[in-house]
Amino acid sequence: MLRLEALDIRQDDFRLQADFAIPAGSIVAVIGPSGAGKSTLLNVIAGFFPPVAGRIIWEQRDITGLPPAQRPVAMLFQDNNLFPHLTVAQNIGLGIRPDLRLTAEDQNRVAEAVRRVGLDGMEGRKPGTLSGGQQGRVALARVMVQRCPLILLDEPFAALGPALKSEMLDLVAGLAGETGATLLMVSHDPTDARRIAPLTVLVSEGQAFAPQETGPLLNNPPPALADYLGGG
Amino acid sequence: MKPHLVIAALLAASPALAQTPQLTVYTYDSFLSEWGPGPAIKQAFETECGCVLNLVGAGDGAALLGRLKLEGARSDADIVLGLDTGLISAARETGLFVAHTIETDLDLPLEWNDPLFLPYDWGYFAFVGNRGEAHSTSFRELAESEQKIVIQDPRSSTPGLGLLMWVKSVFGDEAEEIWAALADNIVTVTPGWSEAYGLFLEGEADLVLSYTTSPAYHLIAEEDDSKVALPFSEGHYMQIEVAGKLAATDQPELADQFLRFMLGDAFQSVIPTTNWMYPVVLPDGGLPDGFSTLIQPETAILAPIDQAGALRDLALDEWLRALSR
Amino acid sequence: MPGPSDWAALRFTVLQALLSALFSVVLAVPVARALARRRFRGRGLLVTLMGAPFILPVIVAVLGLLAVFGRAGIVNQALGGIGLPPVQIYGLHGVVLAHVFFNLPLATRFLLQGWQGIPSERFRLAASLGFGPSDVFRQLEMPMLRTTLPGAAMVIFAICLSSFAVALTLGGGPRATTVELAIYQAFRFDFDLGRAAVLAVIQMAVVTVAALLAFRFGHINGFGRGLDRPFRRWEAEVWHLRILDALALVCAALFLLIPLAAVIWRGLPGLLDLPVQVWRAAIVSVVMALSSTLFAIILALCLAYLALARHRTEAIALIGVAVSPLVIGTGLFLLINPFSDPARWAFVLTSLVNALAALPFALRVLVPALRDIVRDYGPLADSLGMSGLSRLRLLVLPRLRRPLGFSAGLAAALSMGDLGVIALFADPERATLPLEILRLMGAYRMDTAAGAGLLLLAISLFLFWTFDRGGRRDVEA
Repeated sequence: MLRLEALDIRQDDFRLQADFAIPAGSIVAVIGPSGAGKSTLLNVIAGFFPPVAGRIIWEQRDITGLPPAQRPVAMLFQDNNLFPHLTVAQNIGLGIRPDLRLTAEDQNRVAEAVRRVGLDGMEGRKPGTLSGGQQGRVALARVMVQRCPLILLDEPFAALGPALKSEMLDLVAGLAGETGATLLMVSHDPTDARRIAPLTVLVSEGQAFAPQETGPLLNNPPPALADYLGGG
Repeated sequence: MKPHLVIAALLAASPALAQTPQLTVYTYDSFLSEWGPGPAIKQAFETECGCVLNLVGAGDGAALLGRLKLEGARSDADIVLGLDTGLISAARETGLFVAHTIETDLDLPLEWNDPLFLPYDWGYFAFVGNRGEAHSTSFRELAESEQKIVIQDPRSSTPGLGLLMWVKSVFGDEAEEIWAALADNIVTVTPGWSEAYGLFLEGEADLVLSYTTSPAYHLIAEEDDSKVALPFSEGHYMQIEVAGKLAATDQPELADQFLRFMLGDAFQSVIPTTNWMYPVVLPDGGLPDGFSTLIQPETAILAPIDQAGALRDLALDEWLRALSR
Repeated sequence: MPGPSDWAALRFTVLQALLSALFSVVLAVPVARALARRRFRGRGLLVTLMGAPFILPVIVAVLGLLAVFGRAGIVNQALGGIGLPPVQIYGLHGVVLAHVFFNLPLATRFLLQGWQGIPSERFRLAASLGFGPSDVFRQLEMPMLRTTLPGAAMVIFAICLSSFAVALTLGGGPRATTVELAIYQAFRFDFDLGRAAVLAVIQMAVVTVAALLAFRFGHINGFGRGLDRPFRRWEAEVWHLRILDALALVCAALFLLIPLAAVIWRGLPGLLDLPVQVWRAAIVSVVMALSSTLFAIILALCLAYLALARHRTEAIALIGVAVSPLVIGTGLFLLINPFSDPARWAFVLTSLVNALAALPFALRVLVPALRDIVRDYGPLADSLGMSGLSRLRLLVLPRLRRPLGFSAGLAAALSMGDLGVIALFADPERATLPLEILRLMGAYRMDTAAGAGLLLLAISLFLFWTFDRGGRRDVEA
């Protein structure tokens, strides 16, 4: 279980508070108006931005002060999820060992991940030569080998077409389901949330609200969300 | 190459021959070059003395003196070879030198009896140009002519300083006026002799300030007789290069032996065609052939050594004023 | 205390350095732009060759320039041929011309680096929005230039500040006295170390002020990083821009390469029978260049990291080029002399001082690149736990390959061409090639010296090309 205890996040004029828990193994959409602080919330959980007060608890352990790499978190950003100078296999291998000194077994895991995301034969390619969808798959393959119990997605697939994006989300949801990982994903698109996320955290007006069931929330949105969703 | 290997190699390279006596001579850099007198002199002296002669280079004459001042009495040097007449008074003031004990009989155009410093070669400054052109025969004529000259800056170059002293010695209070008249002849002023001579050879100027012996180089080494030095009726300023023994030497006898060797035939005979200067003791075989064709100034000029410093400062101010206009 | 003549020297020094920096960077804009948006055969070779003036020993380069602009040079012969009066190169304009000749290639490289820093995606976006050349200039190129130009100008200003031989030789006389010459005078005439130190401090102060100004106006604002794809410039594919770019490249090439050709032409006869000392000196120089390069790269990486945290670190490195080698050399001499014979340390010291001289250039290209890396890939590397050596090996070094290759090449070439402080500790057995050239000239051997100059040019270019190539190889893949 991920617990956010009286989190208080401030940056210049911006302020965001959160105080709730997310059950382990759930898939949660984070939805809200642009600029409300969805990405910031994920960055705080991942350890890139410190809160001014409050605690982040993962499985009874306080991780508020830990550096990003020591948190049980795998995160995908809006962009720059791959190193352009490294090959597909190297990019994935970094998820196992950040110094890339891989054992034969590690390499098998990389190969397995490559196969799982359907990129067989592309292990030696550099990201610049891949399509957007293929790049997304590489990033997902890395998340897969990272084996982190908490996966954070900061709209990494926003640039992909609807069909491709759905495919990616299914892939990541399947992955989370398989390993029992908890998944938080920022989304602009309610259909994404409906598609894979049973729960939704609404971020709005300086507050991140406790997760609610996605369907009822979207069907019956509170005023701030209704404005954002454009009346429907 | 790993840096620590380089350091090790450098340390290992410094001779560790503790038994053989060593004489360390500081000199200017060009003395040491393969085309300078250094290699022949090292070989000849080492054969004679059964010692090791360390020739250490340090820039030019002025830099040499600077280095000596930096090192002070701690210096490894036993002898300094390569100061010229303009630097002697400053060198004497350091108090680092000690009187030599050598009897001399020198072939110099003027009397030499300095207790500390012994000459080893000498020459006259002169403007050098191409044969067959209409050349001036005096500073005044040069100033009125259209001829373009390239000279050296007295603040960074020994010949440049020589020219400054030449003009000052000849013209005294009128020196500034002469410089002002020369200003339109001066193409440019270079930091050192090499740059000036290079510019002249590339055709940037009709004349360059150099030595009366410069044409001998072209004649002997290149069989080219197209270069001539211009005889000036006012006379020519001399440069005398000297060596001195340091008071702190740990090899006083060897140092004296070197100074005697310096005036001997083995040293003096290599000077004309390596340093392209006149030897202070005429070698047994006389001067090389090309030297007979050189101009022989009738008047040799040299500012009194004790007054050189004060005269120089005065002359430099005049020079700067005249050429900055 | 500095007198009126020192202030006059300072005025002239600053004036010529300002003009030199200004002309170098302004003229570099069309050249760098043409190189950035055109692909043609021999482009890489041109970029390398155009860098040659920067690494030549001053006197060799000056003689090359004079072959074109001198009294008996090509320009004046051409003018004479059509009955026009000769132009005079000696004077302030000659000094600036020579400094532009030396530094235009450097400015071009800095700006080219800036252009290559604009992600190709931006040009794609511009093309899709139907941007014309002037829109691209306003929206993409101008912001890049605003951040790149001040830094480039500052580095060139610092280099020209300690100009000595060029300023004097082409300046035409004591009107062109620089602070560096005043330092020389203090050393040689008066052996007044105090005065020399005061003058050196003034030199440093000017550089520091210039550096602070440049940082003030040269904010580094970000361009998002793309995916290293080779890029195409749609908006520039019109005929009049092709002609403009061709013109810029031809003019720059003529200006830089004809004097260079003169150096080569002059040196060829002497190159055939170089004495063994020259070859020995060449080996010493190469070894020294390589060790300088190693020092320079290590120092530059450390300082670049510091500069990320503290902007002004870069300014400290500039002092290395702006301070006279005479002062640095003497300072080191005084430091070491009480403990050991300075001549023993000549090799290491010279390597180190040469490395210091390369630092400002290395930092100029490394700092922005490192900043981009940290901004674009820092979070990812953090989240993956890449730290310490793995981060250096897998992220920083590979991403810095291009600027590192350039820096290494520059450090090697600069060290090759630099007479540097070794002259102060000269050891006849370990003379460097520039020192050997000076000796040859001092012994009337101008033709051999020209040959050795050509050898130096060839080795420097080879070293630069090898490192620079190594840095650029398959980065675009």
